[in-house]
Amino acid sequence: MIRLTIDGRRVESRNGEYLLTLARRAGIEIPTLCHHEAVEPAGACRLCMVEITRPQWNGWSKLVTACLYPAEEGLIVKTSTERVLRTRREVLELLLARSPRAEAVRRLAAQYGILEPKYAVDQEGDNCILCDICTRVCATHVTGAISRVNRGVAKKVATPFDEASDVCVGCMACARSCPTDAIAFSQDGATRAIWGKTFEVVPCTVCGAPTVTREQARWMAQRKGVAEEDFYVCDVCKVAKTGLSCRKVMW
Amino acid sequence: MKQTLATLPVLRAKLKEERSKLRCIMVCCGTGCRARGGMQVADAIRDELSAAGLAGSVPVELTRTGCHGWCEQGPIVTFEPEGVFYTQVKPEKAKEIVASFQSGEPVSKLLFRDTKTKRSIVTYHEIPFYSKQTRWAMRNVGRISPTEIGQYIARDGYKALEKVLSGMTPEDVISEVEKAGLRGRGGGGFDAGRKWRSCRKAKGDVKYLICNGDEGDPGAFMDRSIMEADPHGVLEGMIIAAYAIGAREGFIYVRQEYPLAVEHLGMAIASARENGLLGENILGTGFSFDIRIARGGGAFVCGESSALMRSIEGKPGEPRAKYVHATDRGLFDRPTVLNNVETFINVPLILDRGAAWFAALGTDGSKGTKAFSVVGKVNHNGLIEVPMGMSLKELIFDVAGGIPKGRTFKAVQTGGPSGGCLPEALLDLPVDFDSLTEAGSMMGSGGLIVMDDRNCMVDVARYFIHFLVEESCGKCVPCRDGLKQLLEILARITKGQGREDDLDKIDSLCFVLTEGSLCALGKSAANPVLSTVRHFREEYEQHIKDHFCRAGVCRDLCRYEITDACTGCTLCAKACPVECIAGDRKQVHVIDQSKCTRCGSCFDVCNFGAVEVRSAR
Repeated sequence: MIRLTIDGRRVESRNGEYLLTLARRAGIEIPTLCHHEAVEPAGACRLCMVEITRPQWNGWSKLVTACLYPAEEGLIVKTSTERVLRTRREVLELLLARSPRAEAVRRLAAQYGILEPKYAVDQEGDNCILCDICTRVCATHVTGAISRVNRGVAKKVATPFDEASDVCVGCMACARSCPTDAIAFSQDGATRAIWGKTFEVVPCTVCGAPTVTREQARWMAQRKGVAEEDFYVCDVCKVAKTGLSCRKVMW
Repeated sequence: MKQTLATLPVLRAKLKEERSKLRCIMVCCGTGCRARGGMQVADAIRDELSAAGLAGSVPVELTRTGCHGWCEQGPIVTFEPEGVFYTQVKPEKAKEIVASFQSGEPVSKLLFRDTKTKRSIVTYHEIPFYSKQTRWAMRNVGRISPTEIGQYIARDGYKALEKVLSGMTPEDVISEVEKAGLRGRGGGGFDAGRKWRSCRKAKGDVKYLICNGDEGDPGAFMDRSIMEADPHGVLEGMIIAAYAIGAREGFIYVRQEYPLAVEHLGMAIASARENGLLGENILGTGFSFDIRIARGGGAFVCGESSALMRSIEGKPGEPRAKYVHATDRGLFDRPTVLNNVETFINVPLILDRGAAWFAALGTDGSKGTKAFSVVGKVNHNGLIEVPMGMSLKELIFDVAGGIPKGRTFKAVQTGGPSGGCLPEALLDLPVDFDSLTEAGSMMGSGGLIVMDDRNCMVDVARYFIHFLVEESCGKCVPCRDGLKQLLEILARITKGQGREDDLDKIDSLCFVLTEGSLCALGKSAANPVLSTVRHFREEYEQHIKDHFCRAGVCRDLCRYEITDACTGCTLCAKACPVECIAGDRKQVHVIDQSKCTRCGSCFDVCNFGAVEVRSAR
């Protein structure tokens, strides 16, 4: 067991846990925009910076990202020192100047007293803050249809060569996990369009409500080794069906 | 033929004996000299030699060497062992050169002329640019043919490896390197022995060794020169390091923009394998290690170790947090040691001559020598290797020949885009890892850009930030968006649109870059700005408040005027590209401000100091 303190509180951890996990478990709030439970941390948004030190460092300390720093024995972690807060505020200033219309950014910035960015606002800036959640979710759990392309200020999330992706299954995991609603999509009845590709959303075989795209069902069926048709039942009907069978078992 | 511990010393002795009888004409065929016709010079000399009946006759050899590091004087031809040194040689001069080689009479027109004494110098031993250097890392640079393994072996090549494999344990090797105090030459200056030790201790059977040859600082080319001119030296250092850490596989990461380095390294690897110095069962000792070349696309960020490893893995070159060290989890998540080209080339020296010998060079905290790429406003641009601790003044004024055209020194930028600008007041600073870091700059890989009073410090900061904006990988917010904002502010100031609060904003941006960035590129990106604000703050203020660029670089912030000191020599009028200077001979000239483009040509050519830079207002 590893023992350390976060904001003066003693916390314990088994191997391999990151400071952010420990802090949140102890009820200490650290803001993040690029963190997502379903994927490995990236350390891209730099909001979860905390200050760490040890008695033997003789007063020296450093800033690290809580999402990536593993728990270490005897570490002293502080989550809201002036140095941490100033860094966080400056990062938020930059994010707000980049994506002034992104609700999640505005809300967080306001919490830190920033209502208007002090830096030049990118008028054409979209909501994407390049947190990489979508690309990590897609690569880890789906087909890896999108990735980060280009470098520096030109960096963006895209399909290869900005063309309609061969492998996208239209599952919407990217758009749904996006903290700033930056991924454009449309859904009109049984037709869904995302990443330049149009999908047919198959109606529920029980009630007719939209379920998943044919491509997604096929991909999941292949991966799980079950029938494609199993996925064409909506969540509500699935619950109902399970409920009925449970009742049979119980009574 | 595969050599063994028993045969290699015999071969070396034989080669030494043979080569001691040789007289050589050495033609530099490095990248710079090639661009200026070095290959043609070598061919012409070869033809002349055969015409004179000298080719093939044993005691004469024509050697095509790698880059000397003094490209401004190229193509360079030298005679060994005499050391006769010819500069800027053209193929037409081959006949005279061969004649001089036979007669011993130097060709005076091809000799180097000292800018200070105006004297012609015959041998490179007497040229201050060389005589004031201590070339250890570059010991073979320009002295051997990089494509002939025998020439390397004859100059005590692979002797250190032989010694290591003849009975030293990996532990012995590591403690020798630790005792020598070798620090990484790539930028950070981390203790090499310590790094090797952590990797040796790390759990795992598979370990990797990487040589970082991704030199990306603008104006720096010492690693290129070493890889081109002495590839076996790099290999030998790597093989010894691999033995020490227990690696069986290594990579040399070199950018595709260095085609000659790639070619020479490839040839060196092949011939080392043929000679049993690389691959399975090295020198018959049972130790095996092999090296592959990984070619990079030339992204600056791929010089950062974690990004470099991603690049070798075939992924985009993005750094990752180094909370877990590469010596525990690096390339393909295996324990990895990564060192720079210049670090590796020092390794054979340490093992051959001993840690005490190496530690006697340099300062307390920084041992050995360091190669610098000295460029900019100095009389002699090129590669300079000196013991650590030499003062900046000595380096710039004695070795590199000082500032040309009698202008005044203003600043020196050390460490490339991650380093800072140091003013005249700090010229006595000894050049070593710690002194430079304390002064707000850094050693970096050893780039030194010298600037005079015609360089605008705000513009210099803008230039480096522009470079970094282009080269940032874009993964983390401070580096990607912070640098963009910083560039916008600096560009605004240089255009005369600076605002009162710009210096505060610069301060905030530098803070978030330094504190918040993910990798060393972002963390050090503020240095060019921080150091210029610290040492040249009044220049920023002049730009913002007085709309005046005293260096005459920012065109919106200056105008040129001719004063009464004008003698009417007409030089400025002739130099003006837009013909906006009027005046009769021996009369004071006048600039038509409406046409002037503020290019500064008049200022540069005036011999009487009659052209002045004034505020645009």
